[in-house]
Amino acid sequence: MPTAPPAPPARFHTERVEREDLVMFINACFACTGQAEFYGTSGGQAVSIEFLHEYILGNYRRLYARTLAAGINHFNQARIAVNLLATGAETPAADRREEGSLIAAALRELPPQRALRALRELRDRRVNNRRARAVIRGYLAGRPDPAFDAVKYRAHVRALAVHAHLQLPGEIGPFLFEPRRRAPFETPLLERARQARYAKEAIFDLPLTVAEGLAAARGVSRDELLRRAAPRMTEGERLRLQRAAGREDVDLAVDLGRAPLTRVALYALSLPEEARRERRDELHAALDRAAARALRKSPAALGRVAAVLDRSYSASGSSEKRRRPLAVALGVSYLLRAAAREYRAFWTVPTPDEILVGAHGQTDLAAPLLDALAWRPDVVVILSDGFENDPPGAAAEVARCFRARLDPGQRTSIVHINPVFDSERYAPRALGPSIPTVGLRDAEDLPTVLGFARFAEGTAPLAELERYLAQRAVALLSRHARTPGAAEPAVEPGPAGAVALAGAVALADAVALADAVEPADAAELAEEAPAAALEVP
Amino acid sequence: MAKAPALLRSLSLRGLSATHAQVFAGVRLVPLLRDAPRDDLRIAGRRHDDAWSIVNLGDGRAYCSYVPHALVIGWTDDGSPVASYGAALAGPEVRNPLSKWGCGVQLLHRMARREVRGEDPAERNRLRLLPLHLAMEGFLALHFNAPEIAWSEYSRRAISRGLDPRTEMSLSGRAIPSLEDALRVFEIHEGQCGVLLFVGELLASVFVVSHPDDYRALHRTLIEDFYEQTLLYAARHNGDSQALEHTFDAARIGSLDDLRAALGRARAEAGALHVDTAAGLLGRPIAAERVYRAGPFSLQRFMTELDPALDNHIGEAIVREDGTLEYAKTYRLAAGQVRRARLLQQLSAHGWNLDATAAALRTTRDQLIRRIDGEGFGYLIAEHVLKAALKRTK
Repeated sequence: MPTAPPAPPARFHTERVEREDLVMFINACFACTGQAEFYGTSGGQAVSIEFLHEYILGNYRRLYARTLAAGINHFNQARIAVNLLATGAETPAADRREEGSLIAAALRELPPQRALRALRELRDRRVNNRRARAVIRGYLAGRPDPAFDAVKYRAHVRALAVHAHLQLPGEIGPFLFEPRRRAPFETPLLERARQARYAKEAIFDLPLTVAEGLAAARGVSRDELLRRAAPRMTEGERLRLQRAAGREDVDLAVDLGRAPLTRVALYALSLPEEARRERRDELHAALDRAAARALRKSPAALGRVAAVLDRSYSASGSSEKRRRPLAVALGVSYLLRAAAREYRAFWTVPTPDEILVGAHGQTDLAAPLLDALAWRPDVVVILSDGFENDPPGAAAEVARCFRARLDPGQRTSIVHINPVFDSERYAPRALGPSIPTVGLRDAEDLPTVLGFARFAEGTAPLAELERYLAQRAVALLSRHARTPGAAEPAVEPGPAGAVALAGAVALADAVALADAVEPADAAELAEEAPAAALEVP
Repeated sequence: MAKAPALLRSLSLRGLSATHAQVFAGVRLVPLLRDAPRDDLRIAGRRHDDAWSIVNLGDGRAYCSYVPHALVIGWTDDGSPVASYGAALAGPEVRNPLSKWGCGVQLLHRMARREVRGEDPAERNRLRLLPLHLAMEGFLALHFNAPEIAWSEYSRRAISRGLDPRTEMSLSGRAIPSLEDALRVFEIHEGQCGVLLFVGELLASVFVVSHPDDYRALHRTLIEDFYEQTLLYAARHNGDSQALEHTFDAARIGSLDDLRAALGRARAEAGALHVDTAAGLLGRPIAAERVYRAGPFSLQRFMTELDPALDNHIGEAIVREDGTLEYAKTYRLAAGQVRRARLLQQLSAHGWNLDATAAALRTTRDQLIRRIDGEGFGYLIAEHVLKAALKRTK
């Protein structure tokens, strides 16, 4: 082992245990999605993350709820919302109000299919308390186009309406509950959906996922469907169907720059090498634009940054997350290049062109880390799944000796970002005690995750972590308190937007926070917010 | 014609260097990197539709076994690159019409067979080989025709048919816990040409090929090989293998170059250490036998001297005339297999005379007969002799 563990403290440190529990939990919530990883099965991942949720919910309920605002991934946001709604009879009224508004805000920021599925899970778990019904009602009422939801997510909306005893507006009730209705609807989309039962022409006006099912039942060819439904496809659907369209000789125009950074990276890596070589400039420009857009959403300004990027065989992911670690590495590389004043990437096996990168070979982090340190950067970001084998544990040793002998003033900070959750350890696998590790699901969340990294290092006290979470909770609530019913988080400010926060404290919804955050305290937090989000240990 | 390569006297990793092992549960895989791979000998795998095969050994003998794949070796005599490799080298699959009903059996001629396809002289240097079976056949056929003198103690069957049929049990790689996962998650190095496979810290096998691309293609076939039974218990009960982690001495680090040097030392130490842990095979004296000769290469099968106190291995290898190891695959012998082979060796050395053998083993004749029976060769001894001996030694 690199260092002898420090002698155990004489007293049992409740605070330290609490801080480590929370850091571990939030880290897991950044990375884990319950899907199979290269080294672990989906079963193990699900059991592991489920346990963490139950443990934190039982012991630190208020902080558990505020984790909703910490920038964690969708899977865990949905889990937290459901777990909070399923329990909580004993929760004090003020906390319950805060929980309620956090859940509502978090659900509104989730993609609709995930939010609806989370709410539907309430029915499967037989949770039907007053608050759960109110959350379902509020969520559906806040959706911008109920008729579209009723068509596209018909089963979900129907199940929720039954479960929460809802009075649905307009013609949606008859649409959902009278499947054999003959009389025409006044709402155009509902009418087209009714006609699609009889008329083939009407199929192509429906959302693609609905049209696909009807087309298959009606025997419409894939080629015709792709061609005629193209105008109604979302950008995500266009990207997803690129290969199918290529097989059918249909041209699906897609604006790669509008897709999220990790999605573009995944798409680029899914192409065979010759195609990547041919479309190199296009892919490169798309990744650049996606990175710039991600940075506009959550800005980060960094100095001289070096990235050590893992392209070993394990970066190929699993059948459920194919090439995800590699795509996150590619995305992070583009994001850092856009955010940093000076940037250099050090892949574990040097690659002439990042677009052509593939997952091969052993994991040698120590040698590229040494190269990176020789370049004298301010920050070294190591992106790896933490399974280092050539030699094992050497990156941590290099970091330890470098810190102890060559950089005692901490001029260079080293942080390990891990896109893979290790179910055996209930956390993303760390490289060693000398390098703090944080989880990451999407490359575009990097600024948030870097802001959290100082807690992973283990030096920041618990109070600071609590303040950080409270401040993120206020920021989340303020985004939604201003525009109740806003469905798309398209125009959201930065994760800790100072302007929105100042206005929010005065709002009635945020009063529920009073016992957690003193108003003066919150205002003070508001001032330091933008800096805190980008601080790196 | 080049001069014939000498027979192996011991197995050494000439031309190869070991590096850091990768550990998964109880399985440790030590990559072997080739310093200067050459492409005048290429190996490709050929899958069999029917895993069960009957192999005609010539001279009227046949051999039935699980052979899920064969290796096809192509070489050139003048050192130029082999023109075809991969699927082209392995050649088209010979389809057996019964295989789709799952009841087919592959019929194969000889363990190692020269295959000549087409007229192109570049395509003529091809050898088909059944991996590990070559070595195992050599092991089983040791003293196969016992005994030469019709001593009266032996049964009629022993005199007329010898040890036929001689059988040994092995395990499929799939039976060994975590081996499949360990092979799946193993990250193949750039330039890797071989592997030392340890299960529960016992050396299970050495697998070496000549070219990195061939290794990449054949890596997963390790799961289809057969292994001795002790490895099953070793994998279950020896606990997880530990990764070898190094500690740098921070006091001696004054610059990044020092760190780089420390890293280099760690790599060198690890390689040497892993080779040392394979000392049960590497560097031990072996008895080799040439099976086939092809240009500058020779295919040999070998066996370490049988010593119950040490690990014992059998295997096959292709050696270039300068002594470079181009292909090797070994099988670890179980303790029981070593005992049986030694007993047969002793009997054979003393002309199958029970009294002389007993004297050499410093035991009595009856005890020797009991031992022969205990090792499963009771059928060699005449029934009344065996019963009397068992009764007297009860």
